[in-house]
Amino acid sequence: MFIYNLRLAWLSVRRNPILSVLMVGAIAIGIGVSTTTLTVYHLMSGNPIPDKSNQLYAVQLDSRSKEATSTDPPTQLNYRDAMALMHAHRATRQTADYITSLVVHPPRVEQKPFYAVARVALSDFFPMFEVPFQYGSPWEKADDESGAQVAVLSHDLNQKLFGGANSVGKSLQLGDRTFRIVGVLAPWSPTPKFYDLENNHFGDTEDLFIPFGLTVPMQLQSSGNTNCYGSAGDGTFTGFLNSECNWIQFWVELPTQADRDSYMQFLNSYVQEQKRVGRFPRPLDNRLQNVTEWLNFNHVVSDDSRALVALALLFLGVCMLNTIGLILAKFLRRSPEIGLRRALGARRSVLFRQYLVEVGIIGVAGGLGGLLLAWLGLWGVRNLISDGARIAHLDWLMVGAALLLALAASIAAGIYPAWRVIRMAPAAYLKVQ
Amino acid sequence: MLKMQNIDKIYRTDVVQTHALSSFSLEVREGEFVAIMGPSGSGKTTFLNIAGLLETFDAGTYVLDGKDVSHLNDDQRSRIRNERIGFIFQGFNLIPDLNVYENVDVPLRYRSMKAPERDRRIREALETVGLASRMKHVPAQLSGGQQQRVAIARALAGEPRVLLADEPTGNLDSLMARQVLDLLESINDAGTTIVMVTHDPELARRAHRSVHVLDGQLIDTQAAEIAPFQPESEVEPDAARG
Repeated sequence: MFIYNLRLAWLSVRRNPILSVLMVGAIAIGIGVSTTTLTVYHLMSGNPIPDKSNQLYAVQLDSRSKEATSTDPPTQLNYRDAMALMHAHRATRQTADYITSLVVHPPRVEQKPFYAVARVALSDFFPMFEVPFQYGSPWEKADDESGAQVAVLSHDLNQKLFGGANSVGKSLQLGDRTFRIVGVLAPWSPTPKFYDLENNHFGDTEDLFIPFGLTVPMQLQSSGNTNCYGSAGDGTFTGFLNSECNWIQFWVELPTQADRDSYMQFLNSYVQEQKRVGRFPRPLDNRLQNVTEWLNFNHVVSDDSRALVALALLFLGVCMLNTIGLILAKFLRRSPEIGLRRALGARRSVLFRQYLVEVGIIGVAGGLGGLLLAWLGLWGVRNLISDGARIAHLDWLMVGAALLLALAASIAAGIYPAWRVIRMAPAAYLKVQ
Repeated sequence: MLKMQNIDKIYRTDVVQTHALSSFSLEVREGEFVAIMGPSGSGKTTFLNIAGLLETFDAGTYVLDGKDVSHLNDDQRSRIRNERIGFIFQGFNLIPDLNVYENVDVPLRYRSMKAPERDRRIREALETVGLASRMKHVPAQLSGGQQQRVAIARALAGEPRVLLADEPTGNLDSLMARQVLDLLESINDAGTTIVMVTHDPELARRAHRSVHVLDGQLIDTQAAEIAPFQPESEVEPDAARG
């Protein structure tokens, strides 16, 4: 019977092509607009590391001066506190990291040197954030603070420098130093870029990664955000490291609630200890925020985005109301046929299903049209917004969701017209057909 | 086959009540060919709609094929329409998008019948009405007489116990009307009860019996002059109509 209903639906669509196109168009526009905004929202609000988002915590210490007005502690740490936490080794895994710029001298002489963005981090960074490797592995823990000149390349940089070949063990000139490549990442681009929301919520993964221990020997400076509370130092690199300038992101992995409680206790103890030497003048306000909390805290999904989704869904509702009117008009025109089918023995429920199959077909067609419009809309977003490429592409989940939404919306829109026409007395239309 | 007793049917609007049928009683025996006559607005079509379970009624009892159908719900009425009643309408009422084969298939689709059985019945019905060669034609490609024959085939395919015909030749010229009537007679000869509403005394004369309706009431019943009804087992069908 379903195949029969499909055929009847197709015949009906062909019988009133203009009305059918109008219905498909109304659904397509509604689905296109809502899918565009939902896709952006979905990619913005997605959990970038679902397996561990409740085990990874961003560390905040309120090291600000008394004059600071914001109610929230800084989102980064200064060098002294980062080093203190790092040396305490109280977490299962931990990383202190920031971004810097380095000049890369390509091994092939025909390539010119270029600036690359490097993330300076601890080796735990890779297992903590489940970073996939194509070749090699992270550097050794011992390299974290030894100043070993080792590097992990991103997939793209390895492609650019070595044509995608296994470059582990090869040398790479960064600035005036020669590094040994220990690993190459597989393509990796968590969205949002949760581990560094300071600099760009949806930015690209860094070009390469080097050990945190190189900070002092190379006098590396952060190329990301730096917030100073009080003096920025005496102008020397050492002075900057000892200042109250915050520029280092610090993450810890704490598998259980007990681990989290214990670490928080440790942080509070550390700050109390620092208070005794005249630091941390403000009331105790240390925080550990897991990935989800961290994304919310940093307003990765803006209120504007939520409002846009609400508006798009409202627009879809308007389109569906319009579709209800069109479906009703179409079904009422077929009253004589409905009367005939009833006379010939069709039960109301059978006809109801027949008409829902028909609106379902229109809905799927509208969904496909909507996907095309969404694709165009997302193309526009990619071209209008920086980093749009990261948040404005259709994935299979959204394709399926759009089709399901179109199907559900069209069936919802068809319920009233179908119910209305099957309630009609069959005899009323048999004479006039 | 069909027995109505004291049927009342009242159409109500906010301001007026119309008694379409009042204390209407009629019995049609199995195998009979009965013509219902009367002027426009007399209640003929209302009777036919009630007889075909297309409308409910306000009072009285109606027994169809031995079953009291006075108080059935909508699904039960649909099932009986589908399995025991065939309809032939003045306007043919074919579905324009479907071809001849598919039009005849419509009532069978609502009977959970297997495809081979449906196919057999459709072909047989179309053979009966002489349109087996036009299966792939759509109604617009057929003459009025052919369209009515398709409608008859559609009614026959369900192998109904009773055929209800509402002015079946009303839209046809005299030649085609005669062909359709010949066809109905042969169907009746094969044992199917036929109740036909008509204005035309000539057509009514070809029925076994004609009844007259006026103002929603049966005013007389008379056997057709040339064809008194006798049970099929007792007389040859052709002889019955002379």
